[in-house]
This record gives sequence, structure tokens and C-alpha cells, in this order.
Amino acid sequence: MSGKIYLYPVWVRLWHGLNAILIILLILSGVSMQYTDPANPFIRFDIAVKMHNISGIILSVNYIVFILGTFMTPNGKYYKIAMKGLTQRLIKQFTYYTFGIFKHEKPPFPISKDSKFNPLQQFTYVGAMFVLVPIVIITGWALLYPELVLTKIMGGSGLKFNDFIHVIIGFFVSFFMFVHIYFCTIGATFISNFRSMVTGFHESH
Amino acid sequence: MIFQSTRMTWNIRVRFSLAFCILLMSAFAITAQNKPKEETKKFNENCLKCHGQSKYKYVNPESGAEVTKRMYLETIINRNEFYDSNHKTFKCTDCHSEDYDTFPHPGRLRMEAKYACIDCHGGDEAYAKFKFEQIETEFQASVHSTKHSDDFNCWMCHNPHTYKINARSEEKIKDIVAYDNAICLNCHADITKYQMLTDKVNPNILKTHAWLPNQALHFKNVRCIECHARTNDSILVAHNIQPKAKAVHRCVECHSTNSILMASLYKYKVQEGRSKAGFYNGVIMNEGYVIGANRNYYLGLISLIMFGCVITGILIHGSLRIIKRKK
Ligand code: HEC
Ligand code: HEC
Ligand code: HEC
Ligand code: HEC
Ligand code: HEC
Ligand code: HEC
Ligand code: HEC
Ligand code: HEM
Repeated sequence: MSGKIYLYPVWVRLWHGLNAILIILLILSGVSMQYTDPANPFIRFDIAVKMHNISGIILSVNYIVFILGTFMTPNGKYYKIAMKGLTQRLIKQFTYYTFGIFKHEKPPFPISKDSKFNPLQQFTYVGAMFVLVPIVIITGWALLYPELVLTKIMGGSGLKFNDFIHVIIGFFVSFFMFVHIYFCTIGATFISNFRSMVTGFHESH
Repeated sequence: MIFQSTRMTWNIRVRFSLAFCILLMSAFAITAQNKPKEETKKFNENCLKCHGQSKYKYVNPESGAEVTKRMYLETIINRNEFYDSNHKTFKCTDCHSEDYDTFPHPGRLRMEAKYACIDCHGGDEAYAKFKFEQIETEFQASVHSTKHSDDFNCWMCHNPHTYKINARSEEKIKDIVAYDNAICLNCHADITKYQMLTDKVNPNILKTHAWLPNQALHFKNVRCIECHARTNDSILVAHNIQPKAKAVHRCVECHSTNSILMASLYKYKVQEGRSKAGFYNGVIMNEGYVIGANRNYYLGLISLIMFGCVITGILIHGSLRIIKRKK
């Protein structure tokens, strides 16, 4: 099987581009605030706060676009995880990435119109988009409106707890992004997956 | 204060010196007990029967009828607050003239000179830790004192009938902040009190601080003096309020690991918190989360390690792919 399949509709590409830019801005400003240093700030604190808040708000809107798109267009089917045999499939894909790939074996789950993600991709995308990102968005809004947060959680400060979760999950999202970008280099060529995200067409081996 | 003592008449001076000696002696007796004596309380009822609530009664000597009148808010003294204050062991007449026991109060008492804090606390070993002399000097250099000379005195902020030390004794920073900020807002959010001292129109505090995001949160968590007073390492509460142009404007002054907050109130409280929790700024963390200022050391370390693992993993995998690529 060779040639091109149209896998990434226009809205996915637009959503994804905006999402990537915003997440990068959020990570930069977030890290700058967390590790701020008055003598040589990476990004001046107040600018970082504004940058972070505005990007976060746009990201929330963009996230709604993603949710609507996922549930209202056929693209949603790629995100339905079949529980049966999930562990086996994850292990299979994992062994492929750790051993098979170096022996130039064929990918165990080739990309097709019916399944555009391999099991690991699907798992991490669902994890990122339906667990991590929503948590960061909700805790982020709670930081904008601290009065809405439970002030006491198990005897501790609710705001502190909230902030803690925001920072930790934020870190996970950054980890996701690095791993994600790296795995996108595993394609027909080093950059073919990135080209796909621009043209919409997946290039197979 | 010097201004006031020079205005005192000779007569008052003698009385003052006497009272001062008695006070000093009783102070030692008091520190042993530090509770208002029952007889003092009973004595104070002579005043509080009128000044303790919003109405008072007296017998009109001409008609013989009992008259009920309204006590104005400013002259009401709350018993609970008074007996909880620093000066709870005092009789009213320790600070006020004994002649107040007659009603109507003699008109000349209006001119009664009031003691200043330093009159009693100056040079007293028992209060050395508060550093009254240094506070006095700081206060004299503050905008309040330089612009209003002796119209503005210590009592303006330290209500004689309710003032209670907080920063030194309270556990929760939020409560200290609330107490201290109420002192400033007493004038800066109350036009009638403010205009007792100036004809200026009181600038709206909310508007002048609109540049501060989450203003309500900040006012609940930071003391006004944190931004407005010059920090002084040797006294606990800085008293040198600076003109507005010198106020702290830069966010990183607080939102950073060496936050100015660490240098003031928080410094006093921080050691135990830090050694316990391993947080840079443990105490701030206890009470709230100042982004940037309370970077969690272990959290930072773990993040870095995890980040390192991710990058190494990617590098190893990537290099292997390059080495093993199809020729
Ligand atoms: C019968 C009621 C009554 C009693 C008892 C009373 N006062 Fe007053 N006092 C008043 C009223 C009414 C005012 C306000 C009108 C005025 O200044 O005369 C006042 C005013 C004052 C003032 C403010 C004067 C000023 O210059 O503004 C002081 C100080 C004062 N009282 C102290 C005392 C002390 C100390 C006692 C107890 C030894 C006492 N009073 C007992 C009714 C009373
Ligand atoms: C530690 C000294 C001290 C003690 C104790 C004290 N006062 Fe005062 N009181 C003052 C001073 C100083 C003022 C003037 C405050 C000012 O000018 O702002 C004052 C003012 C007043 C006023 C006038 C308030 C006003 O704003 O016009 C009244 C009434 C009064 N005191 C009553 C009492 C009564 C009653 C007691 C006893 C329960 C008492 N005071 C105990 C120091 C004291
Ligand atoms: C008339 C003399 C007198 C005046 C005026 C006076 N004090 Fe005091 N103050 C005392 C005495 C005596 C004590 C001890 C009371 C006790 O231990 O119960 C005391 C206690 C205190 C304490 C509490 C100390 C502790 O360890 O709890 C503080 C703080 C204090 N005063 C501050 C002030 C300030 C600020 C002023 C002026 C706004 C002032 N005082 C005016 C005599 C005075
Ligand atoms: C502009 C308002 C203001 C003025 C004026 C002022 N203070 Fe204070 N002072 C404060 C505040 C706020 C605190 C903190 C109270 C707390 O939390 O314990 C304080 C605390 C203190 C303390 C306790 C410090 C400690 O170590 O616990 C002393 C003593 C004191 N002031 C003395 C004075 C004296 C003396 C004067 C006059 C020369 C004066 N203050 C004038 C606002 C003021
Ligand atoms: C008794 C009333 C009163 C209290 C209490 C008070 N202030 Fe003021 N403050 C004033 C007045 C009146 C002015 C105006 C001075 C002027 O310009 O004439 C002023 C001026 C100032 C200014 C200078 C503004 C400028 O134009 O540069 C600052 C800052 C300030 N206050 C902060 C504080 C803080 C902080 C506190 C509490 C620790 C406090 N004030 C407590 C009455 C008060
Ligand atoms: C985060 C720091 C910060 C805090 C907290 C803060 N201020 Fe300010 N404040 C400033 C700065 C900076 C200015 C000067 C603003 C300007 O000139 O535009 C200012 C201005 C002022 C002025 C002068 C307003 C005018 O235009 O004349 C007053 C009075 C004042 N503050 C009082 C307070 C009081 C009272 C509180 C506590 C409730 C407080 N401030 C808390 C930073 C702060
Ligand atoms: C005087 C110290 C101080 C200054 C100056 C200051 N802050 Fe803060 N800030 C605090 C404190 C204390 C908190 C309270 C955090 C808590 O307890 O939740 C806070 C909270 C915040 C929060 C909310 C964080 C959260 O966890 O919800 C934001 C956003 C913020 N500050 C932004 C700023 C910006 C932007 C500036 C500069 C314009 C600034 N701050 C200046 C002390 C300061
Ligand atoms: C600069 C940063 C990024 C780059 C270069 C990038 C690149 C790519 C590429 C090439 C694809 C297509 C390959 C595939 O389907 O696996 C893709 C898909 C995807 N990416 Fe990214 N990405 C970035 C950031 C992010 C971030 C931050 C998120 C989420 C938080 C994300 C979530 C997704 C999702 C959910 C898909 C699948 C979209 C679909 O087809 O439905 N990406 N990305």
C-alpha cells in the first residue's frame, strides 16, 4: 500500500496549528512565571501573566472547537478506544518502537482510512486531549477566578492545591508535546508527518 | 512626641511624671498578671456605662428627669475589644484626666494633652524589642508625618482603645494582613476620616491600584506597607510610608524566589516553615500560593529529572534510528 490518504480535514489542521502555537506560548510564559528571577527575567512577569492568561482563554475556546469537531464529525471515530485487547495492542506497538523499528519490521498497525492512529498514538492523544488538557484548562480558569475555588481541601488551602495540580499537569502536557513531536518524526521520511499536518494527506511508506 | 510635650502645661507635666512612675511600677506588676483586675474593670464601668454603648443616660439636675441620649459612634468604646487590647490593664483615667468623672465633662478637658507612645515606652527595657525609638524616627520621616506634622500621630493608626499587636503574635498571615490593612483603609477608604487631615479628595484606592491584577486577592494577601513602606530589617513592622512615586510597582519584587515578602513579615515567620516543608518560602506556601515565590524545591527537582529522562529517551531512540537506518 503506497500513496496518499486524506486524513487531516481542514478544521483539524487549523485547530492543531493554533493549539500548538498556544501551548508553546503557555509553556514559555508558564515556565517563566514559575522560575521567575527578578534580575534577569526570561519574560517580564506581568507580560508573562498577560500572555499566559490570554493564550489560556483562546486555548479554551479552541478546545471547545476540538470537542465539537470530535463529536460531530467522522474524525471522532479515531478517538474511540476499543478496550478489548488494548493492553496487548499497546505492548505490541511498544515492542515495535523499542525493537522492531530498528530491524526495519513493518509497523504492526499500519495507518489507514479506518484507523489513523496506532494504539499508542490513540492512547496518548486521548489521554492528552480528554484528561490532561481539560484539567489544565479547568484549574487555569480557577486561578483566574480564585473565589470559585473551594478554599479548603482536606484542611489545606484549596487555591494552593489547585495551583499545584495546574503546574504538575502543565508539566505533563509539555512532556507530551516533546514526545509527540519526536514520534511525529517517525514517518515515511523524517518530515513527512509534519507535511501531512499542513497538506492533510498522509504519506505511507 | 516632642511637639506635644512642649505644649504641656507645667501642671500636666507634674501629673504626667507621677503617672509615668506609677505606670512603670504597675507595668512590672502587670506583666506578672497581664489581665485586667476586677477593680479596674469596675472602675472603668464608671465611664463605660455611658461610653460602652450607643446610648447613655443622665439626670437633668434642673428638672430632675432622666434623659436618654445617643452616644456618637466615635466616642463609643467596645468593652470586648478594649479588654483584649494591649492596654487592657489600664484604667480610662490612666490616659485621660480624672476630671472626666463629672458630666457634662468640663470644657477645658477638650484641650487635654494626650500622651504619645514614646512618653511611656521610650527607653523602657521591657519594650526594647519593639524598638519604639526607631519606629518613632521612621514615622517622622514618613509621608504622613512630614505632610501633616503633629496632626498625624501614632494614635491615628493605633486606636488607643483597640490596638493589639498582631504581626508578632498572630499565626495566620491572612489575619495579620486583614488587621494591618484595615488600619490603612480606615482612612484611605473613608473620606470623612481622611479629610480630617486634608482637604484633598481621597483618591479611590481601587482605581489607583487598577494596574494590579486580582486586586482583591492581593489586598487580602499582601499588606499595604509591603509596597508602601521602606523595609527596615531591624524592626518588625516598617513605619516609613513613602510617597506614592516610591511604591513597589514591579511584580517580581514579590513574585520571585527572593521576594520582598521574605524580607518583612514573612521572614519573621519563615524559618520553621522552610525547615519543615523544604519549600523555599514555606510560610507563604502555607497561606496561599504566590506564583514564583514559593517554588517547591522537590517539585522543581522532580520536574527537571523527568524532563531529563524524556530528552535522553528521545536522544537515544533518535540516535539508534539514525545508526540503524536503511542504507
Ligand atoms: C453620663 C455619661 C458619661 C460618663 C459617665 C462619661 N462620659 Fe465621657 N462623654 C460623654 C459624652 C456624651 C461625650 C461627648 C460630648 C462631650 O464631649 O462632652 C463624652 C466625651 C468624652 C471624651 C471626649 C472629649 C473630647 O474632647 O472629645 C472623653 C475623652 C471622655 N468622654 C472620657 C470619659 C471618661 C474617661 C469617663 C470616665 C471617667 C467618662 N468619659 C464618663 C458621656 C459620659
Ligand atoms: C492607652 C491610653 C488610653 C486609655 C487606657 C484610654 N484612652 Fe481614651 N483616648 C486615648 C487617646 C490618646 C485618645 C485620643 C485619640 C485621638 O486623638 O485620636 C483617646 C480618646 C478617647 C475618646 C474620644 C474619642 C474621639 O475620637 O473623640 C473617648 C470618648 C475616650 N478616649 C474614652 C475612653 C474610655 C471610656 C476609656 C476607658 C475604657 C479610655 N478612653 C481609655 C487614650 C486612652
Ligand atoms: C500611658 C502610658 C502608655 C502609653 C501612652 C502607651 N503605652 Fe503601650 N503599654 C503601656 C504599658 C504599661 C503596657 C503594659 C501593659 C500590660 O502588660 O498589660 C503597654 C503595652 C503595650 C504593648 C504590648 C506589649 C506586649 O508585650 O504585649 C504594645 C505593643 C504597646 N504598648 C504599644 C503602644 C503604642 C504603639 C502606643 C502609642 C500608640 C502606646 N503603647 C502607648 C503604657 C503605655
Ligand atoms: C500609618 C499607620 C501607622 C502609624 C502612623 C504608626 N503605626 Fe505603628 N504600626 C502600624 C501597623 C500597621 C502595625 C502592625 C500591627 C500589627 O500587625 O501588629 C504597627 C505596629 C507597631 C508596633 C508593634 C511592632 C512589633 O514589633 O510588634 C509598634 C511598637 C508601633 N507600631 C509603634 C508605633 C509608634 C511609636 C508610632 C508613632 C511614632 C506608630 N507606631 C505609628 C501602623 C502605624
Ligand atoms: C488617619 C488617616 C490615615 C491613615 C490611618 C493612613 N493614612 Fe495614608 N494618608 C492619609 C492622608 C490624609 C494622606 C494625604 C497626605 C497628603 O498628601 O496630604 C495620606 C497619604 C498616603 C500616601 C501617599 C500618597 C501620595 O500622594 O504620595 C500613602 C502611600 C499612604 N497614605 C499609605 C498609607 C498606608 C500604607 C497606611 C497604613 C499603614 C495609611 N496610609 C494609613 C491618611 C491616612
Ligand atoms: C503591590 C503593591 C501595592 C499594594 C499591595 C498597595 N499599593 Fe498602594 N500604590 C502602589 C503603587 C505602585 C502606587 C502608585 C500608583 C501610581 O502612582 O499610579 C500606589 C498608590 C497608592 C496611593 C496614592 C494614590 C494617589 O493616587 O494619590 C495610596 C493612598 C495607596 N496606594 C494606599 C494603599 C493602601 C491603603 C493599600 C492597602 C489596602 C495599598 N496602597 C496597597 C502599590 C501598592
Ligand atoms: C507586594 C507583593 C506583590 C506584588 C508587588 C505583586 N504581587 Fe501578585 N501576589 C502577591 C501575593 C502575596 C499573592 C497571593 C497568592 C495567594 O495567596 O493566593 C499574589 C497573587 C497573584 C496572582 C494570583 C495567583 C494565584 O495563584 O491565583 C497573580 C496573577 C498575581 N499575583 C500577579 C501579579 C502581577 C501581574 C503583579 C505586578 C503588576 C503582582 N502580582 C505584584 C504578592 C504580590
Ligand atoms: C509544535 C508542536 C506540535 C507539532 C509539530 C505537532 C505535530 C503533529 C503532527 C505532524 C501530527 C500528525 C501525525 C499524527 O496524526 O500523529 C499531529 C497530530 C496531532 N497532534 Fe500534534 N503537534 C504539536 C503539538 C501538539 C499539542 C501541544 C497537542 C495537544 C495538546 C497536539 C495534539 C495532537 C493531536 C490530538 C493530533 C491528532 C489530530 C487528529 O488527526 O485528529 N499536538 N501533531
